[in-house]
Order: sequence, then C-alpha cells, then structure tokens
Amino acid sequence: MKESYQSLDDNSTFNMKQVIYRKLTSKILNLGLIVLLTFSTSLYAQDGDPAKGKSLFNTNCAACHKLDKKMTGPALRKVESRLADDHGLDREWLAAWIRNSAGLIKSGDAYANQIFNEYNGTAMTAFPTLSDQDINDLLAYTAQDKPAPVVPVAVPGGGGTQGEAGLPTKLVLGALALLFGLLALALILVRQTLNRFAEAKGVELTESQKNGSLWKSFVQNQFLVLVTAILLLLTSAYFAYGYFMQIGIDQGYQPVQPIQFSHRIHAGDNGIDCKYCHSSARVSKHSGIPSVNICMNCHKSISEVAPATATAEHSKEFYDGEIQKLYAAAGWDDAEQKYTGETKPIKWIKIHNLPDFVYFNHSQHVMVGGIQCQTCHGPIEEMEIVHQESPLTMGWCINCHRETNVKVEDNAYYTKIHEQLSKKYGVDKLTVAQQGGLECGKCHY
Amino acid sequence: MSSNKKYWKSVEELNENSSIVETLKQNEFVEEIPTDEFLGNKEALETSSTTRRDFLKYVGFSTAAASLAACEGPVIKSIPYVVQPEEIIPGVANYYATTIADGYDFANVLVKTREGRPIKIENNSMAVSGSANARVNASVLGLYDSLRVQGPKKNGSAISWSDLNSEVSQKLNALSAAGKSIVLLTQTFASPSTTKLIGEFKAKYGNVKHVAYDAISESAALDAFQAEYGVRGLADYDFAKASTIVSIGADFLGDWQGGGFDSGYAQGRVPDHGKMSRHVQFESNMTLSGANADKRVPLTPNQQRVALAKLYSYVVGGSVSGELPNAIDQAVKNAADQLKMAGKSGVVVTGIQDVNAQAVVLKINAHLNSEVCNTKTPILTRQGSNAQVNTLIADMKAGEVGAVIMSGVNPVYTLANADEFTEGLKNTELTVAFSTKEDETALVSQYIAAAPHYLESWGDVEMKKGHYALMQPTIRPLFDTRQFQEVLLSWTGIDTDYNDYVKNVWNTEVLNGASFNQALHDGVFITTATTSEEENVVSEDDTETPSHNAAQALANVSAAQGFQLALYSKTGMGDGQQANNPWLQEFPDPITRASWDNYLTISQADADKLGLVNEHVATGALDGSYAKITVGSKSLTVPVMIQPGQAHGTVGLAFGYGREAGLKDEMKTGVNAFKLYDGFNATPSVTISAASGMHEFASVQLQNTLMGRGDIIKETTLEIFNTKDAQVWNPMPMVSLNHEETPVTSSDVDLWDEFDRSIGHHFNLSIDLNACTGCGACVIACHAENNVPVVGKEEIRRSRDMHWLRIDRYYSSEETLAADVKKKEEFDGLFGDNGSLGGFGEMEAPADNPQVAFQPVMCQHCNHAPCETVCPVAATSHGRQGQNHMAYNRCVGTRYCANNCPYKVRRFNWFLYNGNDEFDYYMNDDLGRMVLNPDVVVRSRGVMEKCSMCIQKTQKTILDAKRDGREIVDGEFQTACSAACGNGAMVFGDINDKESKVAKLKEDKRMYHLLEHVGTKPNVIYQTKVRNTTEA
Repeated sequence: MKESYQSLDDNSTFNMKQVIYRKLTSKILNLGLIVLLTFSTSLYAQDGDPAKGKSLFNTNCAACHKLDKKMTGPALRKVESRLADDHGLDREWLAAWIRNSAGLIKSGDAYANQIFNEYNGTAMTAFPTLSDQDINDLLAYTAQDKPAPVVPVAVPGGGGTQGEAGLPTKLVLGALALLFGLLALALILVRQTLNRFAEAKGVELTESQKNGSLWKSFVQNQFLVLVTAILLLLTSAYFAYGYFMQIGIDQGYQPVQPIQFSHRIHAGDNGIDCKYCHSSARVSKHSGIPSVNICMNCHKSISEVAPATATAEHSKEFYDGEIQKLYAAAGWDDAEQKYTGETKPIKWIKIHNLPDFVYFNHSQHVMVGGIQCQTCHGPIEEMEIVHQESPLTMGWCINCHRETNVKVEDNAYYTKIHEQLSKKYGVDKLTVAQQGGLECGKCHY
Repeated sequence: MSSNKKYWKSVEELNENSSIVETLKQNEFVEEIPTDEFLGNKEALETSSTTRRDFLKYVGFSTAAASLAACEGPVIKSIPYVVQPEEIIPGVANYYATTIADGYDFANVLVKTREGRPIKIENNSMAVSGSANARVNASVLGLYDSLRVQGPKKNGSAISWSDLNSEVSQKLNALSAAGKSIVLLTQTFASPSTTKLIGEFKAKYGNVKHVAYDAISESAALDAFQAEYGVRGLADYDFAKASTIVSIGADFLGDWQGGGFDSGYAQGRVPDHGKMSRHVQFESNMTLSGANADKRVPLTPNQQRVALAKLYSYVVGGSVSGELPNAIDQAVKNAADQLKMAGKSGVVVTGIQDVNAQAVVLKINAHLNSEVCNTKTPILTRQGSNAQVNTLIADMKAGEVGAVIMSGVNPVYTLANADEFTEGLKNTELTVAFSTKEDETALVSQYIAAAPHYLESWGDVEMKKGHYALMQPTIRPLFDTRQFQEVLLSWTGIDTDYNDYVKNVWNTEVLNGASFNQALHDGVFITTATTSEEENVVSEDDTETPSHNAAQALANVSAAQGFQLALYSKTGMGDGQQANNPWLQEFPDPITRASWDNYLTISQADADKLGLVNEHVATGALDGSYAKITVGSKSLTVPVMIQPGQAHGTVGLAFGYGREAGLKDEMKTGVNAFKLYDGFNATPSVTISAASGMHEFASVQLQNTLMGRGDIIKETTLEIFNTKDAQVWNPMPMVSLNHEETPVTSSDVDLWDEFDRSIGHHFNLSIDLNACTGCGACVIACHAENNVPVVGKEEIRRSRDMHWLRIDRYYSSEETLAADVKKKEEFDGLFGDNGSLGGFGEMEAPADNPQVAFQPVMCQHCNHAPCETVCPVAATSHGRQGQNHMAYNRCVGTRYCANNCPYKVRRFNWFLYNGNDEFDYYMNDDLGRMVLNPDVVVRSRGVMEKCSMCIQKTQKTILDAKRDGREIVDGEFQTACSAACGNGAMVFGDINDKESKVAKLKEDKRMYHLLEHVGTKPNVIYQTKVRNTTEA
C-alpha cells in the first residue's frame, strides 16, 4: 500500500542519469550498426542498400513482419538464404510472392500454399509497386545479422555518484561531531582540573544549589509556568491538528500495481495522448481505466520494448516481462499470434479516490473546461509509477474554482449567461465560482 | 446564599400529606431500572473469567485499535473490462426500449442501464399503451430479487437444462403417443410469436390445449366484446375525447381492463378554453376513479347492475324493471341526460363482471356513437377465459390431462379453488412450472423451469390490434434461466433461438417490409393499415331487442343478503406477482395511505353497527379491529379499515396480498383475497362478524381532512372558474402589516432580501391538481432514481417513512371541501353550536361520501427556506438555480431543519438502512444494491435527506448542452417524477426561459403556492383544482 511511497528527489536523479545513459546506448547502437553494415555488405554484396531497405521495411512490412519473430507473417531475417537453402527458391520467387502472393498460391506453387496454410490462410498484401531495386534493398536489410544484444552499460557504480555527493556532507558532519566531542571532552577536563584546584584550596562549592534555585524560581513564577504551559498546549494542538487534518488525504499515494505500467514511456517518450486510452474522459464522469483490448491495439505488435527504453532501475527484460503480464491478461498467445480466450482481468489499484458523496465529472473539466489532465494529476508523462499528485481535498477544488475562468468562447450554452453575468459583476472573464461553482449542491448530491 | 424560593414540581405538593410527594422524594426513579437484564444472571457472572480490570483492558484496546485502523484508507481495486463492449462507457447511461408483459401489466418502457445494469424504468414517449404505472416502475427491482430461482429444479433439487429438456420432451412424446392431452396454462401473452410457436408445438404433439388464464379475470368483458365484434379483446377508450364519462363500477384510472387510460383522462380534465370533462362515478369501494370524479355515487354491486340497466333504458330507450332509491335513480337520470347531451363525446364504462353488463355498455356506447370508445383496435392484453380454466381443473381432477405446462401464472395462489387445482396437479403425469420464484405453484410442480425476468428476455406483444411492441433483454441473464418460448422451441425441435424466431415472425407477418432494427429501437411498431373497416359493427337496430333483454336480465338481481364484498386490486400490488418487491409493499395506497397491508374497507356506519373500530395508539399510529368474513364455506380474518365513501352494505378487500411462498418473511403481509374469488365472482355476498384483537396498520397519513384550510388545496368549480375573476377563486393571501392587509408577496412583509435569480436557470416544478389522478408512478420513480431506502412496516408506523415525494389525500368533512371552508369561516367563538372547539372536532372526521383531493408534496425548494436558516452547520443551502441543496456529508443530524419545515418533507435516516440486517429489503444485499443509481449518494445513518429536485438530472442536462455547445430547449430538463408522470400533471423546467411550458404555467391564473402566507416563496407551484359540478 503506502510503503511504496518514493520521494520525488529520487525520481529527478533518475531522470538525469537516464539522459546520459540513453545517449550512451544510442551511441553504442550506432557504432554497432556501422560495424554490422560494413560487415554484412561485404558478405552479401548484391546491389542492395540495407539503409533504404530498412525504411521500406518499416513502411510496408513492419505491420505484419518482424525480423526475428513470428507475427502475422513469418520472421524475415535471412529469409532469402533460408528459402534458398531449405526450399531451393530464388529471389525471383520471392519477388513474385511479394508482388502478388495470391497469384502464386493460385498457380499451385507448393511452398506458397504451404506457407499460406501455415498462417491460417491470411493472405499477404500484394505490393505490385515495389521495384526490383526496392526488393533488393529489402532483402539486403533482412540479410543483416542480428545485432548482438546490447547489455546496458554499467553506469560507473550507482553508489559512486551518490558517494561523491554524499561524501562531503557526511565528512563535514563527522568532522563537526568530532569537533564538538573534543570540545566537550576539553570542558570536562577543565572542570575536573578546576575542581581539583578548588578542593586543594578548600573552596566551598555551591554549584548544585544554584541549579536548584533556577528551577525553583521558575516553578515559583506562576506567570512563567502559565506562559510555558500555554505555549506547550498551543504547539501540541498545532501538531495534533496537522496530524488529524492529513488523515484521509492520500497525497503521494503510489500503490504497487499488478503491472508496472509506465506513463513515462507511454505518455512521455511515446507522446500518446491521454485521451487515446482514457477515452471516456471525453464523455463520462469517469476517465476510465482502459480495457485490455485498448492496450492490445498497440501491444499486439509491440511485444518487447526498445533497448533504449530500459533504465538503470528497470531493465529491458523487466519491461518485456510486464508486457507478458499484459498478454496473460488479454489471453494473447504471442508465439501463435492469436487469442486463447483465457482472459485474466487486471486488478488495478485505484489511486485517486474521491469519497462517495462527491460528484466529479471528468468530461465537464476536460471537454467543457479544457483543463489539462496535468493540472490535477501532475506531470503524469514523467511518472514511472503514478502517484496522487494533488491532495484532492475540498479546499483544493474550491480554490481552483475561485481562480479559474470558465472557458466560454465558442460555446453557445454560455453566450447568454456570460453576457448577463459579466455585466452584473462588471468583469470580462467569469470564474467558476462566479458561475455558481461553489454551491454545495453542484458537487454533493 | 441559599435561595428561599420554592420550586414547585407538581400540583401534588400543594397537598401537604400527599404520599406521592414523599415517595418521590425517596425514590428518584419511579420505574425500576432494569439492571436485571444484564446483571440478573448471577451464575454467568460468577463463572465468567473476565474480571472488571480485564474488561476495561479489552475495551481500551479495541477502542484504540479501532481508531488506529480508521486512520488507514482502504485499498480500492479497479478492474476494467478485458474487451470493453463498444456501447458501454462507464459513467454514461444507455437506454433500451422494451416492453413489460407479465400477464397483468403491459407497457412500453425505456430501460435506463448503467455499466450494463438496468437501474430504472422510464416512459417510452412512443408508447402505444399508457404510461408506466407504479408497478411497472418498480418492476426493475424484481430483476435483483435475491429469492429468484437460480436454475431449473426437479422435485426440489437442481437439474441441468439439458436433462430437463430431454426428460420433459421424452415424457411429452410418450404422452402424445398415448393420446393424452397436454395443456399449456399460461398468462395472457398477446404475443404473435408465442401464438405461432404454440401452434407449432401443437402440430408436433397433437393433443395440445392452450388455456390463457388471467388471475383477475376480465372474461365477461371479453366474452361480450367477442359476441358483439367477433374479436376476443376489449374496447379501447380514449378519455381525452370525452366530455362526459359515466362509470359504473369501473376503476378505469386503476387496473380496470388492463389500465393505462389515465393519460387520456387527465388530458380531458384540464380546463382548456373553459371546458373540461364531466365524470360521474357509481361504485361501492372508494377507488382512484371515484376519488377523481366530479360526482360520486356510492352503490352496492347489485344496485350498480340496476343502475346500469336503468341508464341503458334512459339513454337507449325502453324500460326496465328494478328498484333504485329515488336519489340514485335521479342521479342515473342526470347521468343519462348528460350522456345524451354529450352525444358522441359521451362514454359509459363498467366494471361489473357480467356478460350482460358489458354487452349493455357496448350497446350504449354504440348508440351514442361514442368516439371515445374504440372498437376497431381492441385491446388484446387480456385473453383469459373462466370457462376454459374451470374445464381444465375438472379435467385435471378427473385425471384426463397428461401434462400441464405453466408459464407466468400462479394458480395455486390465485385460484379460489386452489385445493382442487393442486389435487389435479397430483393427478397429472407431468407438471412443469415456468417461474421466476419458488412460488406456491412451482412448489407443487414436478419441474421448476427457472424463468428469466422480462428485462432478460426476448418477446413481442400485440397490445392493441395493429399496435405491436418488442421486448429485448437489457442484461445478460443473471442466473441459469431460460424463458418459456426458448424452451418450447427446443421441445418442439426447432433449432433456432427465440430472438431469431421473433425476428422471423416480425419480418414475415408484422413489419410489412419495415426495418426490424428500427422497431427494436423504438420498442413499438404500428401497422399503418390497422384493421379492415368493413367487418365492423354488427348493425345496431336488429340487436336492439337482445341487448334490451340483456339490460333486463341485468336488472333482475335478487336482493343481496347481508354484505356484498367487492374484491379489487390495489394500485401498489395488482394481482400480487410483485409481492416480494419492497418498493411496492411500502408504497402507500393512494386512497387509504396504508402500506404493507390489505384490509377490509368498510363504511363508518357499518363499522359502528358491527362494533368495528379504527383507533390511534399513543404513537399516533393507526390500529384496526379484526373481522371474520365468510363467503360460502370460506372464512378469513382480516383487519378492518374504515373507508369514507364506502357504499353502505358493502366491504372491499384487495387482491395480491397473503402470498406464502417465494418471498421474504417481511413481505408476507395481508390476507389472500383470491380465496374468496369463487367462480371468478368479484362481488360475492359475505357475512361479517367482529373478531378479537387489533391489527397494527402502517399508514403514512393520519390526518384525513383539511379542517377547512382551503389554501392547502385550492379548488373551485368550472362555473366560477369560467365566470369569475381569478382573485375570487384564487386569492392572494394577505398578512397584517401595521394592521393593514398586505399581500404576502409584498417585499414589505418579507424577512429577507430577494436575490436576483434572473440569470441562468431557475427551476420550477408545476403540479396540476386537475391532471393528477394520484396513481403514484412518480413516488416509485423517485424511489428508484434517488436511492430512497425502504424502512419497513414498524418504522412506517413510527412515521419514519423515507419517501421524498408523497401524495397527500384529503377527504372533505362536509359534502364538499368548499363546504368545509365555509363551515370553518362561520365559526363563532369557542363554544356553542357554532363554536370552533366542537366544530373542529367534527371536521376531523371525513364525510360519509366525501370529496377527495390528491396533492403530491415534495420539498418545495423555497427561495426563502425556513430550513436553511436553522441549520447550525450550513448543510442545507440554496443554489441560484432555485434548488434547495442538501450536503449529506455536512449534516450532523440535529433535525432542526425538519422541525422548521412547514411542509414536512424532510426525512431523517434513523438507521443505516443499507447496511443493517434489520432492514433486509434490498439495499443490504449485493444483488439488490445493483439497482442503486450511481449518480446519487446512498445516505448514511444520522443525516437528513429530502427531494433534491433531481439535481443530478438537471446537472447532467446542463453538462450535455455545455459539451455540445448549445442552448437547452424546453422539455430537456426533467425530474424523475415529472418524467414518470404520464398525465402531464407535473411539468418541470426553467422559468427564466420565458417560452418554456413551466414559465407559462407560473403565470397561469390557476397557479398558487402551498402555504403561501408563510412567505417561503417555493419553487414548486400548484394549479388550482377545478371541478365540473354542472349538472345537466
């Protein structure tokens, strides 16, 4: 539950690290690619340009094919050499298949029919417009070797950077402590020596008496006692009030979710619009937690994250594992590329909880008011795990209603009301409060 | 500084030697403190190992633990769909058109579903039948009834559908081969598809008989109509076209001939251009129709027959013998004159269950050439035949029936000769009951075929000839249920589901090329070419003599010995199908205002003769004596309710109560009047004697008269309304300012400054007392919309009912309510003949045949609300849209507001009704909670609640308009009650929209505010009741 609270500072250091790290990886990737390119061209030097091929592949083929994995269609890495070795088919056959697979199947070609049946009779889209050169490029791209898996470069010891930052403070603190310790010791020694002197000289010590009289005088001074008592009471009341007022306010609530869905990756890195998934925010009071089929719209073809997505904290394998959890929920068999029908609904933990007696409507704020999601939910696009950003207290709601102007432009509903009200209040822009947005019954019924 | 003052504590202290004073001095607590209750058991106390110290430790620990635990919020899971259905968006309601056809109630409705759960029944504006009544509105709760049969059963133990199907069809085949008869005993389906399917079933098994059975029979009317017009149906009446309505024993605003006539009636009752209909009612029980009538004549059922015969002779001609008291004869004559004057806008209806009576009525209407009475598109929603049912029972007893398959009927409960029927079932080789409950009949059948609720079923209905309706499921079946038709299909061996079957029948036989999907969307379909006009009315003249004979036969009734019992159906309970519906059990009867009961209604005079009393106990609640009533050989002990307006010599008893199986203990209320419904005779002779004991009623209204306070229900006559200035019949109340009469609306007499409410919306609700028939559909609609809890009989008795909307019913104490006002105004001094002390005492008692008025009252949303100023925590406040807001979470339950409310509309949550096992109605089980409206918070214990003017609905309308960027048009704003009111009595809207209907009603000269002199400036307005008292 709440033990998973994380301080914001932690996150910010992450981000910094990430930037550095991502640059590094991409550099390594590029390097690797260059090495590979030079290597592969020398092997399969057949007038194809793998770089062009890549872009062709991404525009035409990537919807159904991957290089190393079966998707709607078979995996395509080294398809040419595979076909040549296993089935004795040449580039001509491939070109014919790409341009018009249906024709090839019809012609009764054995392998064409075999592959057609293997993939449940899903016909491949014909690409009659691809030129020979295009096909050469494509095949050059598919002929490349699989890049060696990029092991996230160990960023020089996580503790190292922290140590560097932590060392001075700790050192200073330690030094200070030592200093004070030495001072105290010195004082004690001095006192002992003085005492010894005094004893030797026979001087009467009245120290303890003095102490007693100070306490006594304080106790006897009723005014001081009263003032102290009042001060004590006030302070404790202040802290008690503070404690009680935060009960039920779950600001910062960040529960561990069954799947670590990263808004940072989706809304941040990929820039997916909030309302693509939370579509009911447009029309309903609920923003809606997207159903699994919405996730599968994309994740049907995205079964693993790009290496660049991994962070120091969460590896690529970790994220791929999370996607597998999604597949388990959706009942998607990634190897077979089909739904098994065995679904397992995801039991998300609700983060933003309003009490039953509050009516809040997302569409009112998002569509009518044009309020950004981030206004209340904070920088969601930066959150790896979402936490409750705002206190969601009534005071917080009311405050915003007092300060925010109603978006009346181009809304025929408001035309008349706005004209009359702005005249009445003598203002140009009306706040929600001036429109009656502070009335109890607007949110409590 | 002791004071020498003496404080007197009682008069007793004056008496120096009083022993009481001395005793009280010694003994502070007069009553013994019941310490024995918890300390009495010495043994248990001594053997207990818990010491006092331990006890305190436990208490301390649990308190600390509880408070610590309360600081931690719960973890709330949120589980989205795996594949979200396209049409479901969480938080947005979907509406589906469907049709209820349970054999008693037939109506086109819209079903509001949220997140896939049906939560409310609303009116379908395209409806071909009348609007949804209270029972139809409440029927959605039946879907979530925890006592529904959850799967098929054989002799009490569960069985699978496939086993049931194979066993039953095997048996059917065997029976069919053996030549034994198979009987389908069903409700009235009026379904073209079902009729066709039964035809195919007959074709497969040969010796099949289909018997339609209506628990409350309209057989006589059906027989008469069939004889006259050749179709087994009932004439359709459009009372909107009527200028004179004469009803003899027909409660046509209730359930007479299937009901649904009130919308048309209400239309004709609103004075428009100085005209409104005139309604004369002859009846024995006080019914809704009688209460709304301009003239009501109490008659015994036997007198009604004579009166109808006489009416026939006065209107059509000829003479019939038969005796009527002079005054009544005169009333009949007057009615006849008015009918003749009205001509084709006159109409006669009757509820007498006699073929002759029904034939005579059809004749009179034909003679008048009444355009109100429509015989071309007869109503088909009653098909039952008494004769067939009787034959069936005889056959079953004789062992001649091989199989009985029942659907939608509960004959063991609804038949007077249920014993014979049960015996017959035992003589039958195969008995199957399709039922949603383990009801009386299901329990004595071999197989219980678990049937779905109508909101889970497919179907179609031909309401009237050529007027079709479709039924579609609005939720997947909650349990392992299959509907009758579905199973019949598989027994017949037709390999299709009923959905396709209906579609097929419609495409081939009904739609005539129109789109099925459109019809499904609308829920209704009207064939343009209705009926062939030629084979219409059998010529009038040559049937004159037979119908005259019918009239004469009608008049030849032997004088009844003793009392006549008039069996009727209550607005809330109908034929008792929904007896396990707590909304309906708690629904106060519009006339008696009692809930949770049926009772013997009797006139005050007869009650006095028999020594039967109604009395109020210390809490104010009503108690009534028990009476033993005997019809033939059967007796029942029933509580007695004294009913003003009950014809002398008659008593009334409602059907639908006294159910014993398939319902919770709390709902087992009342007595079963079907036991006395011998031979489908609804008006048997009865002997009554007082029985011992008093019955506790749960009545929500204990004050029956207005005590001459004419400003609560303002009313006038049509004549005065047409001729006099509004100031005469709808005067503005005056208050005294500096000893001068000042109108209460003047700002000089106002405590408060007026706010400017001219900007934005300002909601008002107009209630037309002329159009309101008191049907109570709004009460149930409000219940469903606003999650109003059911509190149960005991709490109602303590006046803790929670209805946000009540319909007050007032009787006049004199002949008319106007006479009451006059009497009050003529009081002179306290004592004497004309004194107010005695006078008011007299006025508490209603007249023998009183005038009745209904008045729906909900929170009046006062602009100067007395409740708002007394709330110490500002939990109730005013919105600028005119609504009086109630913030439940702010309320601390002082109840000051309720005390300061002049309208008594605030309701206090004495308990946590949604989480207390003592209130086991629907809110405390998971199934029942599915009906709750997610947009309205469920209130907790200790807070006040009241009508919110459906702010959740107005807010939604506003939001929809904002989102679309458009202005709101009149009619979009609705409250649950105004939307449920098919009579147009309740009109809701924005008075700042000057073109709106409600803004015009606010300026209407009939408009007044309730208790206007208090100066509360309510936002609910009433329209003065106008009565058409003009005699011909």
